[in-house]
Amino acid sequence: MTEEIIIAGFGGQGVLSMGKIMCYSGIVQGQEVTWMPSYGPEMRGGTANVTVIISDERISSPIISEYDTAIILNQQSMDKFESMVKPGGTLIYDGNGITRHPERKDISIYRVDAAAEAAKMETTKTFNMIVLGGFLKIKPIVKMENVIAGLKKSLPERYHHLIPVNEKAVNRGTEIVQEMQKA
Amino acid sequence: MAENVINKDIVKEENLVYKKTDLLTEKPLSYCPGCGHGTVHRLVMEVVEELEAQDKTVGVAPVGCSVLAYEFMDIDMQQAAHGRAPALATAIKRLFPENYVFTYQGDGDLAAIGTAETIHACNRGENITIIFVNNGIYGMTGGQMAPTTLPGMKSSTSPYGREVHSMGAPMKITELVAELPGTYYVTRQAVHTPAAARKAKKALKKAFENQKLQKGLSFVEIVSNCNSGWKMTPVQANQWMVDNMFPFYPLGDIKVPEE
Amino acid sequence: MKELRLMKGNEAIAEAAIRAGVDGYFGYPITPQSEVLEYLMLQKPEERTGMVVLQAESEVAAINMVYGGAGAGKMIMTSSSSPGISLKQEGITYIAGAELPCLILNVVRGGPGLGTIQPAQSDYFQSVKGGGHGDYRMIVLAPFSVQEMYDFVETGFDLAFKYRTPVMVLSDGAIGQMMEKVEVGEQKQRLSNEQVKERCPWATTGKDANRERNIITSLDLDPQQQEDFNHHLQAKYKEIEEKEVRFEEIQTEDAEYIFVAYGTSSRICQKSVQLARAKGLKVGLLRPITLFPFPSKRLLELSKQVKGILSVEMSAGQMIEDIKLAVECNIPVEHFGRMGGIIPSPEEVVEALEQKFL
Repeated sequence: MTEEIIIAGFGGQGVLSMGKIMCYSGIVQGQEVTWMPSYGPEMRGGTANVTVIISDERISSPIISEYDTAIILNQQSMDKFESMVKPGGTLIYDGNGITRHPERKDISIYRVDAAAEAAKMETTKTFNMIVLGGFLKIKPIVKMENVIAGLKKSLPERYHHLIPVNEKAVNRGTEIVQEMQKA
Repeated sequence: MAENVINKDIVKEENLVYKKTDLLTEKPLSYCPGCGHGTVHRLVMEVVEELEAQDKTVGVAPVGCSVLAYEFMDIDMQQAAHGRAPALATAIKRLFPENYVFTYQGDGDLAAIGTAETIHACNRGENITIIFVNNGIYGMTGGQMAPTTLPGMKSSTSPYGREVHSMGAPMKITELVAELPGTYYVTRQAVHTPAAARKAKKALKKAFENQKLQKGLSFVEIVSNCNSGWKMTPVQANQWMVDNMFPFYPLGDIKVPEE
Repeated sequence: MKELRLMKGNEAIAEAAIRAGVDGYFGYPITPQSEVLEYLMLQKPEERTGMVVLQAESEVAAINMVYGGAGAGKMIMTSSSSPGISLKQEGITYIAGAELPCLILNVVRGGPGLGTIQPAQSDYFQSVKGGGHGDYRMIVLAPFSVQEMYDFVETGFDLAFKYRTPVMVLSDGAIGQMMEKVEVGEQKQRLSNEQVKERCPWATTGKDANRERNIITSLDLDPQQQEDFNHHLQAKYKEIEEKEVRFEEIQTEDAEYIFVAYGTSSRICQKSVQLARAKGLKVGLLRPITLFPFPSKRLLELSKQVKGILSVEMSAGQMIEDIKLAVECNIPVEHFGRMGGIIPSPEEVVEALEQKFL
């Protein structure tokens, strides 16, 4: 198994930390991982993206030009990355702020309105965890217990009291996709 | 044979009035006759001897006339790139805090190319001693203008005299570093007379002893001469220094620790 | 039990320094390697091991602090990125000239000048041919993963002390910024001052009664002595070339063409090998791990087996010169690269191979 993922949105949306939690979960599960961010001044208030690769084997290039899954959190990223999803791949996006919705017919598209959901749950900062939950429902590449273990490793101890809230958000994301898949 | 006869007659223990410290090597000094460096070398080594610190003193030599200071001082030494002695000394001291660490630098090394290293080592309050020999000229490279060359003073790169409006004014870096909170003791001395040399030695000893207190950097400027660069005899050079250098670079303590 | 962490390359090398018992780090911030100093400051290494960490006033001061600390026999390192490494060249040539061990990390960014903060490999010449003035070399290690960023601290210091030479870890912005799984080693004790004196009897630790004074200098005004010293250095470099070449080969056994690439480029090329093989092309990869010494002998052997070599570098083509020297014109050697902070895609590399050789 090798899953090549791009996560892209605004700086501050938790793009990089979502990738980190995925990687930590992969490590707990005994997999190889790479996390390759875009870096530099463009990140300060601008767009941020990170390529995450999780694999059972040694990972070759950490930089790739097409992805199994794209997780898109703003319009600029939609414009840039929709075309870079492999045919048959997956695109997950939050509809908040999206003016042009994805159009491709050869990929699976899931809209997870995580921002709105997080607002409802009154935990806006766990927005990225809802998206992560949705992704893991579609692509169960790591077990949920390992995600929680990954979350623990990724968060400094002083934030460990926030783990239940994050766990709840991940579960909510899973439910949203589950409902979508039923429909 | 005549030499031996003289030796027998005169060189007796009871007649000994001056003896070089064992911490100066047997190598003849390579400095010009009349140059102040030899005296400053001697004073520094006498201080180390009096502190019984040969085994825990590390010196850093500069680029300039005293680049070969390590040939004459019988202690562990490193030779730094031009101006970087305070950077080397910073690391040596931090890695061996129990050692005495000093730099020995000229005016071009310390106040031109090494200005940043000087100021920042002073500002960090490194517990080292900086010995700054200021003779207002680049001696080793053949008498070019230094940051401390006096207004109107001739050098090979200011052949008509230093013009302040185009070449800048001489820099009083000693007064400048005294302003920094990291310096603990800042003084300006000379070695042109026995009395001055005795005072300078006291200052140097204090500057070394301060390292034990861990209260910051001790900075000792020695205003000195360069008879060959100034194109004078040694006696003329010392007189010129008294008449011209001392008014601009007045001797004495600039920053003294509060008791 | 082995301890696994998710770390950036820059963090991994900093953690490795603490765990390897490094005595001192002196640095100055520059993107994309500032995490090294940031990580060290956050970790309070003074408390963990007694390691000295200092933010210097410039790269020039930092490398000269390395020079001072290394002259005192301690394990000292610094890190920077391309423009900062240019500034450090003064200190590096003094360190080479005084034959001192130390570790220098270059997290390369695109140039020339202020260039870009994105990854590049355009400092190859500067690293392997000397960089500063005078006839000297450094051992240059090229990590291709975050794990190797970690591992090369110990490897680098072992080599540095074995040969009394500066060692450079030549990384790039991609490896510095990327996170991967890292197996971290045990915490080693820093050497005591007595152990330092034993390991480095030449160091400026303070002259005691039973030895001559130690002098750290690169100056010798006598031309004959200076030439003799240069011969000594060259003999050392020759020994390094004979004993310390490291490289990795991937699917070269039956290869008709090979990529030669190091660091990030070699990661790209691993994928390119897979893509090319899927197309039925017999392609392999040779990844130099040491850039000086360069795996010239192995390349000469391979030149009798393969039909062509594609040097893949994030530069205008620098390592290609060493490959050409190695293969003695036996086979064509071509270059493919991107510059200015652009990382080539695996597909581009395969296309280049097809265009140039097929």
